[in-house]
Amino acid sequence: MSTTISGQSYAVPVAQVRARSTGGQTLRRIGFWALVVILMIFCLFPFYWAIVSSLKGDLELFQTPPTLFPHSPTLQNYNDVLFNRPFPHNVWNSIVVSTVNTLLSLLVGTFCGYALARIRFRGRSLVLGFILAVVTFPTISIINPLFVEMRNFGWINTYQGLIGPYLVFSLPFSVWLLTTFFRDLPREVEEASLVDGCTHIQTMFLVMIPLATPAMVTIGLLNFISSWNELIYALTFTVDDSVRTVPAAIIYFNGQYSVPWGSIMAASVLVTVPLIALVLVFQGRIVAGLTAGSVKG
Amino acid sequence: MSVVALKGSGKRGSNRQALEPRFLGYVLVAPALLLIVVVAIVPLVQGFWFSLKHYHLDDPAATHFVGLANYQYLFSQDPFFWPDIRFTLTFTAATVILETVLGLVFALVLHKSFPGRGLMRAAMLVPWAIPTVISARMWSWMWNDQEGVINGVLQRLHIINTPIVWLAEPSTSVPAIIITDVWKTTPFMALLILAGLQTIPDDLYEAARIDGATGVQAFLHVTLPLLRPALLVALIFRTLAAFQVFDVIYAMTSGATGTESIAIYNYKTWNELNIGYSSAISVVIFLCILGISALYMFALGRQASSQR
Repeated sequence: MSTTISGQSYAVPVAQVRARSTGGQTLRRIGFWALVVILMIFCLFPFYWAIVSSLKGDLELFQTPPTLFPHSPTLQNYNDVLFNRPFPHNVWNSIVVSTVNTLLSLLVGTFCGYALARIRFRGRSLVLGFILAVVTFPTISIINPLFVEMRNFGWINTYQGLIGPYLVFSLPFSVWLLTTFFRDLPREVEEASLVDGCTHIQTMFLVMIPLATPAMVTIGLLNFISSWNELIYALTFTVDDSVRTVPAAIIYFNGQYSVPWGSIMAASVLVTVPLIALVLVFQGRIVAGLTAGSVKG
Repeated sequence: MSVVALKGSGKRGSNRQALEPRFLGYVLVAPALLLIVVVAIVPLVQGFWFSLKHYHLDDPAATHFVGLANYQYLFSQDPFFWPDIRFTLTFTAATVILETVLGLVFALVLHKSFPGRGLMRAAMLVPWAIPTVISARMWSWMWNDQEGVINGVLQRLHIINTPIVWLAEPSTSVPAIIITDVWKTTPFMALLILAGLQTIPDDLYEAARIDGATGVQAFLHVTLPLLRPALLVALIFRTLAAFQVFDVIYAMTSGATGTESIAIYNYKTWNELNIGYSSAISVVIFLCILGISALYMFALGRQASSQR
């Protein structure tokens, strides 16, 4: 057999063509699907197990060997988490801190990102390099000075005492992604606006920022999720449940005599289900946002 | 759209517009820059300064300058520092390697279009969406010695006879923690690698196939070389994050039984309000991060220049 590419003749060995047919192919197909199934079970089983465990009463929970499906499902763990513990308030704390941090980062970050991407000013590349460097900043390295500062301000165990430190990772991250986004926007729209007589400020508010809305949604989501997820600062800057966020609360979940696994799993499911729903609804955007920096930047 | 295109009014423009952009640039950048300096850089410098002092928050009056004494103690006499560094490096190497390889497998699978691919990508995002602390607790429950499902399955399959107390012994808790972290983080790696895979044009595979290359050969000589930049970026992020690991370990063992990472040690010394000493550990972590970043930047630079 031969085939031609740009005039040159290539001889394709017949044996190789044969190897691609029937027998070998079916085996590879089965192998592929087996792999897909294994990978999916790997991803989903722990979550399934958390849901199952949360629906088991104490008797069945501590049964050995454990049952793969609850024989007598009960809502007592959810009852415990929602009514006997300050957990709903912890969720509220997380919502407040994550939302304010996200909005603040977006507000400040969008202006900064636009300027870094589109406006030429002296020192621009220096600022850009600086921001990029701070993205990899080890956040644990400043818990001591930050703690001392927050203490001096009287901000320990307050919302602002958490939102401030969270800016350490959310602000550089947002600026970096927004700069990348603005840089990739076509110049024609901006130039048309300027040619039409708009000032830079008008261009920014009336044209560029509206165009940036989808990116802002994505970056806002990523920021919200990482703020929600954060543990070290939450442990450092909060003292009691009045301000404690969900991750810290999960660490401090305790029971009278033993670890309350059923309740912990119930709390986990309660927090995780909306997050998963959020991520699944926005998965296209999230994937794009996560990879934007790596491929383009 | 205006008919008359004013010459140079876009970028250079009239005198009024030439001044505006630069000034506007400074104004727009200032708030973010100021906030970052105040929240990150000032504390960083303060941290360096604290590390040179003996400074306990429960006895602040006794604070005094001690030079490099904290570091001296840390490197030569602290019984926790070097084991923690060793564990942190082991953890970093194991998780980065496993997550890169597994992430590559995931990415290669997702790269093919097959029915249910969307479902698989959604399933992959589940570990990523779950907060680290929660996934650590979920896995702790699975690793539980008496009632955990992992022991349950292993016993039912007669692979073990007595339950393994996973999280109590270093020999079993370290692999358990590594597996938990691999579960949590592989999707992230897979997504980054997938993005890289998607930039490789299909014609190259066509050409390779026509030239008689097998799947494996195509992978080694087409995929891997072109994937290198994306792989390097993914590796940088993962290595830096793994070195600072805190959440997953703290939520599973609180750093006990030989599973204390350097970040957990840093946190514990802060918790004891030993600010000066804890700051010294922080500085060490910062310098390590700097070193790792520099190594990778160097590798990225060589990668970029070899492509020109």
